[in-house]
Amino acid sequence: MPTSRFEADVRLDPEIALVALHGDIDREAEAGLAAAYLAADSAVILLDFTRVGYINSTGIALIVRFLADGRRDRREIRACGLSPHYAEIFQLTRLSDYMRIFDDAASASALATGEMTGGKA
Amino acid sequence: MTIGAPVEIAASDPLLAYLQSAPGPVDLASLELDSAAVRELRTAGVALIVPLISQGELIGTLNLGPRLSEQEYSTDDRRLLASLATQAAPAVRVAELVLERAGEIQARERLEQEMRVATLIQQQFLPHELPKLPDWQVAAYYGPARAVGGDFYDFIELPDGRIGIVVGDVTDKGVPAALIMARTQSVLRGEAPRSDSPGEVLRRANEILLPEMPARMFVTCLYLILEPASGRVVYANAGHLPPYVRTADGVLELRATGMPLGLLPDMLYDEKEGVIDTRQSVLLYSDGLVEAHGPGGDMFGFPRLRELMAQERPGTELINHLLEELHEFTGRGWDQEDDITLVALQRTGGGEHALLGAGAGPAEAPEPERKVLLSLSLAGEPGNERIAMARVAEAIAPLDLPAARVERLKTAVSEAAMNAIEYGSQNDPTIPVEIQVWVTDDDLLVSVSDRGLSGPIPDAEQPDLEAKLAGEQKPRGWGLFLIKHMVDAMEVVSDGASQIVTLTLHLRGVDDADQPL
Repeated sequence: MPTSRFEADVRLDPEIALVALHGDIDREAEAGLAAAYLAADSAVILLDFTRVGYINSTGIALIVRFLADGRRDRREIRACGLSPHYAEIFQLTRLSDYMRIFDDAASASALATGEMTGGKA
Repeated sequence: MTIGAPVEIAASDPLLAYLQSAPGPVDLASLELDSAAVRELRTAGVALIVPLISQGELIGTLNLGPRLSEQEYSTDDRRLLASLATQAAPAVRVAELVLERAGEIQARERLEQEMRVATLIQQQFLPHELPKLPDWQVAAYYGPARAVGGDFYDFIELPDGRIGIVVGDVTDKGVPAALIMARTQSVLRGEAPRSDSPGEVLRRANEILLPEMPARMFVTCLYLILEPASGRVVYANAGHLPPYVRTADGVLELRATGMPLGLLPDMLYDEKEGVIDTRQSVLLYSDGLVEAHGPGGDMFGFPRLRELMAQERPGTELINHLLEELHEFTGRGWDQEDDITLVALQRTGGGEHALLGAGAGPAEAPEPERKVLLSLSLAGEPGNERIAMARVAEAIAPLDLPAARVERLKTAVSEAAMNAIEYGSQNDPTIPVEIQVWVTDDDLLVSVSDRGLSGPIPDAEQPDLEAKLAGEQKPRGWGLFLIKHMVDAMEVVSDGASQIVTLTLHLRGVDDADQPL
């Protein structure tokens, strides 16, 4: 069964940290996501899921932790590049209430930063 | 002073006992011992020998030549050297232990790497799908031992709807056994379609494998050809355990004689035939099951297997029951000594007793006709949920469902299998998770069954995301919620021995775009 090892590349732009996620977001991604959060030292972090093929419930939990860390540190987390299936799952799990979802990195980065998303809370 | 060249000291040399109890540095010139080591040390120019003692054990010596000033070693020199030895000895011991440990780690890593390769070879060559035979239920289980053995099984499609069934076992373990297993399987796959005679297929396989077989290795193998429509079986055996058949008159063995493959040239293989009737079952198996040891050292054994075989159970259920009995027999924490392979066939219809089938009274609603698309047994090992997901996706591909429905089902299957592995099997690769996929006229159903080791599955509740984000709850706990929302229905049934999650996708009257989240 082909699985794809998780990697996260972090690029720091002046106002936003772009975290390009690759591979599967499952329990193997825990350390990589935690490291990416630390490296993405910016008030706005954009998680780019374009190259993510598989997210399971453990992966959802890791994203929840990422969001919780962001909330604690007053950082805004955005997401882009989700496949229709995972966009549906983000909606179902209400993750999309706590992170703005964009089609692609360009539109996510173009939006003015400095505006914290509060979700429904 | 100069330090002498290293000198090997034999374990029996009296110098060692002397140094072990010496109070401090020892003058070699005045030492009166009939010792080869003393003579050799003197020749090498050693004048003073300082024993290194750690925790009462002599672990080495400091060997010193004469002082450069040509004076004798003074009392202060000796005291200094004794103090140095006292401090150096534990450090040397620690260094030795570190080296030993590093060596052990390297050896273990090499072994683990070899086992990974062996497992990979096994997985590559074992069938990825069970044959779909009308009126037959077929199930198979392969449970590798920690040091993967050479078990294998195979289903070979033959002309006229017949199917060749192979169960074999290579002597030895690890990569060599896995390679021979792969080679044997490929030879049998090549030879099987060339002859209707299992004995002839084994004879040819033996001739091909003999020159290639490493010394002290051979392969036991049973080859059986089944005509599903008539239930006729023809079989030959190369030294493998004879299959059991459960009939109304008791449990019989399908006996046929023959030497294992790869041992001797010009072997001939006895060939037998019979008919498997409706509600009769056949079990092909490897010695890993019957030779498994219990905590008291006793073996699972043939009588026990025969007794279990006597109870009527269809293929998957029979295998599950045997594995449950095995785990009960061996107890928890069992270190599986050998691979275990089980292939079970039950004739469920089409034979002369088909009309006498129990149940189906006139008042009962007819069961919807179901077509099994996949029957899969997976080791309860983390990560295997991906295999479950991929195999289910493959199996349902011919149904041509909308992509979004397929993606949802894949997620639900992956989550259900992950739960079954983590909780039902408690991540124990020897405790399998069974997956079945079937369709009726109206529905696609997937069942994921496990041993329910962690108790009943709780209800799928909506996770409290706010509490998780606030750090008041753990971020986990999404699996059941996801499963429930990815399919049209989720049913959990527990029968005490196992837990079955059945997922349903309706095939009719569902507009994909209208699917609720």
